Amino acid sequence: MKPFDRPLLAARVAAWSLGGIPLLHLAYLVWQGHLGANPVEFLEHYCGDWALRLLLATLAMTPLRRLTSRSEPIRVRRLLGLWAFFWVCLHFAIYLTFDLEWSAVELAKDLIKRTYITLGFAAWLMLLPLALTSTRGWQRRLRRRWAQLHKLIYPAAVLGVLHYIWLVKADLREPLMYLAILLLLLGMRVPWRGILRARSLPRRAP
Amino acid sequence: MLIRILPPHALRESDVTPEPMYLDRRRFLAGMGIGVAALSLPLTACGANDKPAPLAALKLAKRSEQAGGEKLTEFETVSTYNNYYEFGTDKSDPSRNAHTLRTRPWTIKVDGECEAPGTVDIDTLLAGTLEERIYRHRCVEAWSIVVPWDGFALGPFLKRFKPTSKARYVAFETLYDRKQMPDTRFGVLDWPYVEGLRIDEAMHPLAFVSVGMYGKVLPNQDGAPLRLTIPWKYGYKSIKSIVRIRFVERQPPTTWNKMAANEYGFYSNVNPNVDHPRWSQAKERRLGELFKRDTLMFNGYPEVASLYAGMDLKRYY
Repeated sequence: MKPFDRPLLAARVAAWSLGGIPLLHLAYLVWQGHLGANPVEFLEHYCGDWALRLLLATLAMTPLRRLTSRSEPIRVRRLLGLWAFFWVCLHFAIYLTFDLEWSAVELAKDLIKRTYITLGFAAWLMLLPLALTSTRGWQRRLRRRWAQLHKLIYPAAVLGVLHYIWLVKADLREPLMYLAILLLLLGMRVPWRGILRARSLPRRAP
Repeated sequence: MLIRILPPHALRESDVTPEPMYLDRRRFLAGMGIGVAALSLPLTACGANDKPAPLAALKLAKRSEQAGGEKLTEFETVSTYNNYYEFGTDKSDPSRNAHTLRTRPWTIKVDGECEAPGTVDIDTLLAGTLEERIYRHRCVEAWSIVVPWDGFALGPFLKRFKPTSKARYVAFETLYDRKQMPDTRFGVLDWPYVEGLRIDEAMHPLAFVSVGMYGKVLPNQDGAPLRLTIPWKYGYKSIKSIVRIRFVERQPPTTWNKMAANEYGFYSNVNPNVDHPRWSQAKERRLGELFKRDTLMFNGYPEVASLYAGMDLKRYY
């Protein structure tokens, strides 16, 4: 980082704010005791919502680079990914503490019987190696395989959104909005132009 | 299904709403919108205009404690954490939106397989003898509350209309008015909300009609001006804001059953041994407590067991 790399500094401040301000806000709500009638449910939803938002923000960086032709989005992508993982862990820890009281047996039962728990757990499991290998050292050690490994963010995000859709009783508007954004972000990665051009080319005679 | 595309700020607001208090929502919305600046807002200034209209007190002939001496849930909780989808699907929505419900004039039409069909005015019912019953209330979503309900027994009330031998079931219907219930414009559920009981269930001494709680008339969000209170069944059986009651021969359709028959049965008795397909029913979180407690069979009302003698409760869930 150059001493006055303002765009990068701005991008970093934005990424830290996106991940950190909700945490400050949550700390404030806990301190004030404003967690509502069902504090555990509130905490689970709050952390789950931010985990999904940060995951989508992480996935938005590649398209953003293409749209802006700037490198800053990619340079804060890892930071956003780590914030997403932080929120997933907090979400998971609250469930483990207040719903399961850290019982491995109860967790196993939920994993077997509750599809949305299975999906959410699988998403966490996929994000775990990404967080562990997020350092420069691991990046060097894994070389090309690092990029391959980190493609796990795609299935993890899909599972995260499905986890939300699966638990809602009737009003699917919000989880479907997350799905729409996810599909948009994934769709922007598909080389549509190449596909369309390939289709329109005249086929060679056999 | 209708998918509403919202601008980004609205998305964030509705995403974070599981927070029952209006005051909190305002603050949170502000926090979402302008970030850290919101934290320094003079918070006490919000919500000054938020005082609900005072609820009229009820005269009660007797009180009976029927929740095993368990601690009452706070009124604040019971009146701000509601499932009443006609006023929004978030728990905190009804307490903010249900002020549009007009509870006067209000009549209940009773007809079907009975000799003395008729229409009853809510004020006539309020002028009658009322009693208070403290019941546990268990939602299918695995949370529960203990509430002092004020009203009258359902059975004797229904008998006034002289149901015939053909009246094997009782069907109940909630008001459906798009003007008063703005959220019914979203096809989240099949409106109007309908529920039903077998006639012997309806005649059971525990089956209750509530016109109030905590010694006052019901707040709109809790089902004003009158609702069922069936303590051994999941909460959604206790239909709110009733406008029509029908005695019928066949099992009537019920809203959540129509929505997802494999998840919500007609009987919907609280049963820790029969899980909802997506979550366990073995435990529940009593609002006001952090950790879960065991759910009791029939929600702790074993006296209703004889209604279901010989029935496979796994099949008739």
